[in-house]
Amino acid sequence: MEIIKTTRLTKYYGKTRGILGLNLTVAQGEFFGFIGPNGAGKSTTIRTLLGLISPTSGRARVFGKDVAKERTSILQDIGYLPSEAMFYPGMKVKELLKLSADLRKRDCGGEANLLCERLRLDPSRRIGDLSFGNRKKAAIVCALQHRPSLLVLDEPTSGLDPLMQKEFFDILRERNREGATILLSSHILSEIQRSCTRAAIIRDGRIIACDSVEVLSKTSAKRVTVHGAADLSRLSGIRDKKESKESVSFLYSGDMGRLLRALASGQVHDLTVTEPDLEEIFLHYYEKGGETV
Amino acid sequence: MTLVKHELRQGKTSFLIWTASIGFLLVICVFLFPEMKGQMEGVSDVFASMGSFTQAFGMDRLNFGTLIGFYAVECGNILGLGGAFYGSLCGAAILSKEEKDKTAEFLLTHPVSRKRILTEKLIAVLLQITAMNLILYALAVGSVAAIGEEIPWKEIHLLHLAYYLLQIELAGICFGLSAFLPRGSAGAGLGIAAMLYFLNLIANISDSAGFLKYITPFGYCEGADIVSNGTLDARMASLGAAIGIGGIIIAYVKYTKKDIH
Repeated sequence: MEIIKTTRLTKYYGKTRGILGLNLTVAQGEFFGFIGPNGAGKSTTIRTLLGLISPTSGRARVFGKDVAKERTSILQDIGYLPSEAMFYPGMKVKELLKLSADLRKRDCGGEANLLCERLRLDPSRRIGDLSFGNRKKAAIVCALQHRPSLLVLDEPTSGLDPLMQKEFFDILRERNREGATILLSSHILSEIQRSCTRAAIIRDGRIIACDSVEVLSKTSAKRVTVHGAADLSRLSGIRDKKESKESVSFLYSGDMGRLLRALASGQVHDLTVTEPDLEEIFLHYYEKGGETV
Repeated sequence: MTLVKHELRQGKTSFLIWTASIGFLLVICVFLFPEMKGQMEGVSDVFASMGSFTQAFGMDRLNFGTLIGFYAVECGNILGLGGAFYGSLCGAAILSKEEKDKTAEFLLTHPVSRKRILTEKLIAVLLQITAMNLILYALAVGSVAAIGEEIPWKEIHLLHLAYYLLQIELAGICFGLSAFLPRGSAGAGLGIAAMLYFLNLIANISDSAGFLKYITPFGYCEGADIVSNGTLDARMASLGAAIGIGGIIIAYVKYTKKDIH
């Protein structure tokens, strides 16, 4: 079943581009990554899916329901974690969690306590006294305490220390195993690579690649690092070249035989050939506008 | 009614400060009356012969030497201005504060329709204004009784009813305004209340500006008219109610379709 489906979804803010003809599908139970830098259209897409903004054209469906018409019923089963969590001043964490649960007409006390314990968040503290990271934890509990079947997470780990990031992703993986669908928007590619099964890359408001993380990471190009000296000037297919005194590293998508002959004619002490990481693929998509590496 | 309770909790401090301030001034003013009563015969003549100033505050038609004449001018201004500022602030902040404080994202990603949010916030505004007026009414009646004066029930009822309507009308106008302003609208709310107050003063001074009384809610709150006619001007009050309801309708139309950033 398709949990999220957008069809030619377009949003303009006046004359400014938000997203353009976005077609995105997330299936039930997927841990889906949504990658792109600031201003690419990630938040616009998420805000449209949550009904905070109306699309200029196109359609967005969540749980098979039209976002424009059935927003309230859709939100009943969504947990949303904003990138910058802001809450009402003067409230305590437990009051905020109770308000959130009451707005959902649910009793989430037990689950909230469990999550606060795992994230080491003191519910008796005032929101105004919390650090950015602890405010983020309060937002995480708000998003998870009603055990939603769809989690929409916008830059979720900003402000969390590495231990808490690990705990947070452990919770997410547990929820995912229990059947929850997760849409994770991030520009931290290692997060996507570690956790997501599929991902989409958004650039200038358009999806430029959408596939399994494995396929996105697997390309014909290799990261080659050569220690020593070799004449590579006559080779084509070299990109992203980084030179130091003793080594040279580059992405190579040319003829492997020619590379090996060039290396053999030089003085090579050591050689490594690896798959490029998602970060390099991502940069490639941004530089080349989506051509296959 | 989760949101009503939440809004009442959020607005508690502001409610207490405004109610205590207006109530304190009102009671002090009433307690000054016995002392001033003896001096009023001469003073009334002075107040009645200050030209435009006299007309602006309706002192040419009220007897300062009587409790109701004194109450309509002195306490009327405290209730009118103080209440108008509070009503405007309540209405102006209730929607726009969510965007200004960036809490709109939290609220609007819960399964609550925007219509329900508007309705519950409006109920919270009306409850706060009503509670403040009931307290001020009790303080007014109590303080008049405390100074041993006979309570002019009819006039007090009419004056307090007029100021209650004025606050609700202003809250309605500012509620509509609040749906448009993303960065808070407290200043705009106070500005509107002050502008409408001064429009009424201008309407009192100049006959050619008399039509302004139909624009400003202070027109049907004129103590001199209420006391001398023994009734509220139904036409002005109805027009005021229509304007207030218009503001509320505009808020519903705008906020249910608005993009929240």
